[in-house]
Amino acid sequence: MTRHVVVVGAGPAGLGAAAAALRAGARVTLVDSAEHPGGQYHRMLPDAYRAARPGRLHHGWDAFDRLRRRVTGHPRCAWWPETSVWMLERSAPGEPRPPRVHVLRGPADGSGRERRVLEPEALVLAPGAHDRALPFPGWDLPGVFTAGAAQALAKGERVVVGDRVVVGGAGPFLLPVAASLLEAGASVAEVLEAGTAAAVARGWGRRPWELASQAGKAGELAGYAALLARHRVPYRTGRAVIEARGDGRVEEAVTARLRADWSVVPGTERTVTADAVCVTHGFSPQLELPVAAGCALRAGATPEEPFVEVDADQLTTAPGVYAAGEVTGIAGAPAARAEGLLAGWLAGGGAPSAPELRRLRARRDQGRAFAARLAAAHPVGAAWPGWLRPGTVVCRCEETDYAALCRAADDAAGGAAARAVKLGTRAGLGPCQARICGPTVAELLRRRAAGAPGRPAEGLAPATPHHRPVAQPIRLGELAEPPRESE
Amino acid sequence: MDATRIVVLGAGIIGAACARELALAGFAVTVAERGAPAAGTTAHGEGNVLVSDKEPGPELELAKLSRRLWPEVLAEIADRARPAAPRAATRTTTRTTTRTTGRTADPVAAVEWDPKGGIVVATTGDGARELERFAAAQRAQGVATETLDAAALAAAEPYATRDFALAVRYPQDAQVQPSGAAAALLADALRAGAVLRTGCEVLGAETAGGRITGVRTSTGTIGADAVVNAAGPWAGETSRRLGAPVDVRPRRGEVLVTAPMPPTVFHKVYDADYVGAVGSGAGDLQASAVVESTRAGTILLGSSRRRVGFDERIRPDVLAVIAAKALRLFPSLAGVPVMRAYGGFRPYVPDHLPVIGADPRLPGLWHATGHEGAGIGLSVGTARILADLILGREPEIDAEPFRADRPAVPLDPAAASGTAAPAEPPEPSQGANP
Repeated sequence: MTRHVVVVGAGPAGLGAAAAALRAGARVTLVDSAEHPGGQYHRMLPDAYRAARPGRLHHGWDAFDRLRRRVTGHPRCAWWPETSVWMLERSAPGEPRPPRVHVLRGPADGSGRERRVLEPEALVLAPGAHDRALPFPGWDLPGVFTAGAAQALAKGERVVVGDRVVVGGAGPFLLPVAASLLEAGASVAEVLEAGTAAAVARGWGRRPWELASQAGKAGELAGYAALLARHRVPYRTGRAVIEARGDGRVEEAVTARLRADWSVVPGTERTVTADAVCVTHGFSPQLELPVAAGCALRAGATPEEPFVEVDADQLTTAPGVYAAGEVTGIAGAPAARAEGLLAGWLAGGGAPSAPELRRLRARRDQGRAFAARLAAAHPVGAAWPGWLRPGTVVCRCEETDYAALCRAADDAAGGAAARAVKLGTRAGLGPCQARICGPTVAELLRRRAAGAPGRPAEGLAPATPHHRPVAQPIRLGELAEPPRESE
Repeated sequence: MDATRIVVLGAGIIGAACARELALAGFAVTVAERGAPAAGTTAHGEGNVLVSDKEPGPELELAKLSRRLWPEVLAEIADRARPAAPRAATRTTTRTTTRTTGRTADPVAAVEWDPKGGIVVATTGDGARELERFAAAQRAQGVATETLDAAALAAAEPYATRDFALAVRYPQDAQVQPSGAAAALLADALRAGAVLRTGCEVLGAETAGGRITGVRTSTGTIGADAVVNAAGPWAGETSRRLGAPVDVRPRRGEVLVTAPMPPTVFHKVYDADYVGAVGSGAGDLQASAVVESTRAGTILLGSSRRRVGFDERIRPDVLAVIAAKALRLFPSLAGVPVMRAYGGFRPYVPDHLPVIGADPRLPGLWHATGHEGAGIGLSVGTARILADLILGREPEIDAEPFRADRPAVPLDPAAASGTAAPAEPPEPSQGANP
């Protein structure tokens, strides 16, 4: 029987994995929660728009379009759009099988979703990442967006989030976001990179030869920079949005100059009129499925930002489970595609000795080097919690503020257990299930605990915020119905 | 004179409650916890403080005692946590004062004590007859019950099924947020002088003259005049390491959590077949609907019981059974999204009674475990009984049925080394005992 590979996520990594697994001769089920393949990078307009030029605002559109048609039109590929994986059911310990994949097919807001169970011989996890936003006073005001959400609206819906937008945060993602906003018709007041010019230059300039392999990426960034210049949008380093203000919605942003550790230089605060603020401070990989599959994680820049541990073949520590793309390290679309191709080929039973793998591995390794440089060039400064005030909301779902979090952490007994803090303050227990605030809350608790004298440190190990056995909400009625037979 | 040293193994709710009673009684208490406090079974339940599911017998007596103690204990904790309260100062040791300064939050708010009452619903004729008999027997033992007709059930629970055979309200049933409750009990124990050691795993017992004199742990040996095994489902393994095994096993359970809702479920509502599922000793899946809301607006849906060792995988088919059973009681919840699921292990003993008392084989070792799914509610009563037994006082209720050497708790005969008599009660320190 043909080997069955399930690929979760149809972004650059997942599409690459599906294409390579098909090429290796496997049967592929490709699932994604969106209506179209592409992920965050190649976000497509909904069918309802009947876009004449869907590739506008997109890089590498033609190549992507060919790949997507080849995969979704392949006779051995089942393309399941609008399908969410709500649970991975691990096999018994010692059984070398990947988990069973429990999915819901149909629009998330629709009532007719269908429960299905897949039993693959190999599983490729390519769920991607979402952008991380650090809290600051006023970040919960309407008009503050994560840069990813703003870009998704611009690229996917052609909607701009405001007339006059401040874009701030850290990392090269600031530029494409600003570009998307400009192209969709917004005015961008300024783009603020929190890292100081010296830090950014050090990170990017240390090993310039590594950049050559990602020349496409560099060219892309240069294009964005040119676009910003054309629109006379200032790009400032060492500056951040430290507060958003307004009566019921954003009316102005307060920016300030930062030191290298992201502490605010007193007296440098400036007020900018704006009706929208877009922030991004890097990316959080979507780790709930790898964690549910039993994959070991490796430490990232901080203990709260781990990635999936993979070997040279993209194989995780869980039997038959491969990982590709941003969950293994934030390196952008070309690296994700290389990882996906490698993972898919091997997951599909392709020969590990195939000659084209050497080129793929080299590309993947260059991607990883690039990822390391990105992380080095745009680290989150340790002093960012200095922006917070006692009343600053940290967990938006449950409206837990910074003061409540500190109080719970300082409690003699409760502070000894991150879990007790979580249950006590409900931080991370709301509808987003800690996807937004989890790393932030865990980091604040860890620092708080470290700073408090006379408390045993060993009891303060934070529970992972990525443990979400129910990976996507499922209605009680859907859960109560038996699934359609396995395949 | 130095106080008698007691080491409590486990900082779940049972260990926390025991540490509190013993510290208040003047013992020098150390709580040794392998992981973090309230992170095991305590963090994975629903916070039941129930009399409704207990049939007349020793467990109901313990439940009634605990139900009476809960408000008293919480009032005492609130009282002692106020830094300036002179009344509190007379009851605590001098070590207390530094711990309480700077405390601003209400110390018992996180407990979320809610005497909301329970409603048991029978959906079949057989179930109704059984519930009627059960409730009558409980009534004879002083449990308040109240039969609800269709109008009364609809008024009490507007979203519950109209298709039922019998509904009985139990006004004494209550709920706590279990981690918050354990943290409050533990904080009070620390205020009373107890010391918490986390990341501290039990490796074995130190003995002298057949008596336990200390506990060897991953962070060193802790000298002790008495040791309390409050390790919940891990009590079996812990007791084996101490050389006096008791047969406590894990029994798996899962809970579903919905997205936050406007008020929809107002009591703890459960299916009459719950009592049968609790009382069953079967290893395969026993499931019964238990539905209640929390202060955060989420609805908790239980319950399942499986004997699968410490296998912590959450099984979709078990979640599906829980959902289907819950919808039988609340059909209108079909469109409500489940946001999260968690599972835990109950400490299971074949006769479904906790083990509270001295270990006859190893003088100085005491057990307080085996509460299965009722440990949150029974914690304060258990702690009171244990302290009474350790102090040589007559407990308020008969503790004989809970003893560690009863037939249902097969003590490993190899470990029974001839010392049949229970340990002499050690003396508490002078002056501190109120």
